[in-house]
Amino acid sequence: MIKLKNVNKWYGSYHALDDINETVAKGEVVVVCGPSGSGKSTMIRTLNRLEAIQSGNIFIDGVDIHDRSVSVNALRSGIGFVFQQFNLFPHLTVLENCTLAPRRLRKLGAKEADDLAMNLLDRVGLAHKACAYPSELSGGQQQRVAIARALAMNPPVMLFDEPTSALDPEMVGEVLQAMKSLAKEGMTMVCVTHEMGFAREVADRVIFMDQGKVLERATPESFFQRPEHPRAQRFLSDIRSPWVESGMPQAC
Amino acid sequence: MLDIIHNYGLFYLIGQYPNGPLGGLAMTLILAALALVLAFPVGVLLALCRISPYRLLRLPVTGLVYVLRGTPLLMVIFWAYFLLPTLTGQRTDQFGTMLAALVIFDGVYLAEIIRAGILGLPRGQMESSRSLGFSYLATMRLVIMPQAFRNMLPSLVNQFVSTIKETSLGYIISLSEVSFVASQISAQLLTKPVQVYAVLGLTYFVMCFSLSRFAFWLERRLAVRTAEV
Repeated sequence: MIKLKNVNKWYGSYHALDDINETVAKGEVVVVCGPSGSGKSTMIRTLNRLEAIQSGNIFIDGVDIHDRSVSVNALRSGIGFVFQQFNLFPHLTVLENCTLAPRRLRKLGAKEADDLAMNLLDRVGLAHKACAYPSELSGGQQQRVAIARALAMNPPVMLFDEPTSALDPEMVGEVLQAMKSLAKEGMTMVCVTHEMGFAREVADRVIFMDQGKVLERATPESFFQRPEHPRAQRFLSDIRSPWVESGMPQAC
Repeated sequence: MLDIIHNYGLFYLIGQYPNGPLGGLAMTLILAALALVLAFPVGVLLALCRISPYRLLRLPVTGLVYVLRGTPLLMVIFWAYFLLPTLTGQRTDQFGTMLAALVIFDGVYLAEIIRAGILGLPRGQMESSRSLGFSYLATMRLVIMPQAFRNMLPSLVNQFVSTIKETSLGYIISLSEVSFVASQISAQLLTKPVQVYAVLGLTYFVMCFSLSRFAFWLERRLAVRTAEV
């Protein structure tokens, strides 16, 4: 369904994506992890053309999406994207956030769009907040609304760019729960995340990136238990016990 | 002072109308209102050009902004007064001249306010709207402008208040707005400039103050429930 072929991206002389080749099948849930600056966010942002690429091709359903002839707006309306910072529209209510795109782009009537949005809000457990403004919600609730908003365009693919990294710890679970139920319904998902529990439970595959390269791809079990690449081993041990390898912090 | 108002009140309010052209306070109000209403869309348009990724739009407008920002309004009025007839080949009346000068001058200032309002929003707003499939212009209209407008409101009002006061510079091209009329009244009375100009000052104050209060009311109404996320 998604196919990256020899994708390269530079920021000036910095090689952000180094010859990426990857395929995501329909219904597959892929978790992308790696240290910060590894290119994982850049990679996921190229999948809906939020970032341009300098060489290679990205195909979604056989369409070369970075081709100039592809309508970027039509492309994006078929791909749900969830951001680290939620990016809800603060001047609209929760319901309006979810109905804006269906009404304007899918040309649904007010009633239809409201029904659709209420349905989705109900799925993420926030139907009772429909008339609230984003500023009245917690981070976890905002992110669940963002998921509902993305789903309202009925996309066959959902992309998540560190959806839980900006959340307080006690709110991570509710967002992961919403993502898990989505995965179990057969949604094709690419998630940049460090949530190992999530990866273990629902991911079909884990991709480990560093310095713009894919260093390892494996099933969650084998990745977390027997990572092969030394960089992946170090990354995982850093996540699990950050003090061990670097020693105690010292005063400068 | 009351007898001045009694004798010249009507002249002050509407100029020589209906025996001559409309003038006085009525003209000031019409001029200010038209200038505000026309300068705002011009400002939006210039602001969009100013942040456009296309050089062809961005560079000329940036040049225009720098030139007009570095020029006194009085000079712009002179330009409009002498240049417009040459360019259009038609004699422009003083009202049209003044309106053109105000619209272009305030349009430029508004453009900078609007540009700051747009750039002040988090980048994620543009990105998330574009990710849903909205075009750049639809995003501007539906997502960016409504938020930017709320943030800009105090600066916009500041500029609008300036516009009202700037109409008084029409005096220099003999536009019979309220300042011009007041100076005529003062010239006729000879000995009462303090009283006449006190009334004039109060008039401007009332106009500007009411606009400020209206904006304050609007600001509070819009701010309800939609605080920063």
